[in-house]
Amino acid sequence: MTYYHTEITKLKNVCYSNQGQLDTVIGTRHYINNHFNKELNLDWLSNVRYTSKFHLLRLFKKYYGRTPKQYLIDKRIEQAKELLAKGKNITDACFEVGFSCPSSFSTLFKSRVGLTPTEFQKRATFTKSD
Amino acid sequence: MKVTVTSIPVQDQEKALQFYTEKLGFLKKVDVPLSEHSRWLTVVSKEDQGGVEILLEPSPNHFEPAKIYQKALFEAGIPFTQFHSDNVQQDYERLVGLGVEFSVKPTEMGTVKIAVFNDTCGNNIQIVEML
Repeated sequence: MTYYHTEITKLKNVCYSNQGQLDTVIGTRHYINNHFNKELNLDWLSNVRYTSKFHLLRLFKKYYGRTPKQYLIDKRIEQAKELLAKGKNITDACFEVGFSCPSSFSTLFKSRVGLTPTEFQKRATFTKSD
Repeated sequence: MKVTVTSIPVQDQEKALQFYTEKLGFLKKVDVPLSEHSRWLTVVSKEDQGGVEILLEPSPNHFEPAKIYQKALFEAGIPFTQFHSDNVQQDYERLVGLGVEFSVKPTEMGTVKIAVFNDTCGNNIQIVEML
């Protein structure tokens, strides 16, 4: 066994010994992945996992380094990028991934991706035909 | 500023190109000769061709400290870098089938599953799947 393998085995025992907590956060992440285009909030997610919302918030942040809301937004933006790259209309892409307001979507997209949805789509189309 | 290129030190650029394209499935993006023995050689992920480029950099052959650093990391089994995988178990089985050697078989580490393989160019590389 290498030094690295030994160290990660130790780390696993120290940091990831609570299987119940892991099941809760992994289950929450999978739920978000499967329902990202629906209206999701912390109340709903905590009900799904039969846990308190503040406990879920703390656990999710502890294991994934971001809140469920941040994760949901990242997921939606990634999905929107895929739809835009395939040529989907910007408004349709916005609604299809679960955002409810095209102008807020464009602002958020620009802040996360560094390009507006229109710029992103042009660049994706250009790269594909390159 | 944006991250557009990151580098991996390799002992043989041509061998590295073969490994990263033929075994890992990356695509060659840029190949510019710089001198008789080195090229500006980058590869990208097939699924994200506009994404970050990996520079296969021959630094261990030109700068002794880079060679020593790479050797020390390799001998300790420490990955030089890591790539995302949608399914570590599937990638592990596919790569083992292609003769790739793993020092860490697929292992769950909390909210991720990891595995570590030898890139045959002086590095351990980790693949990571978020669970």
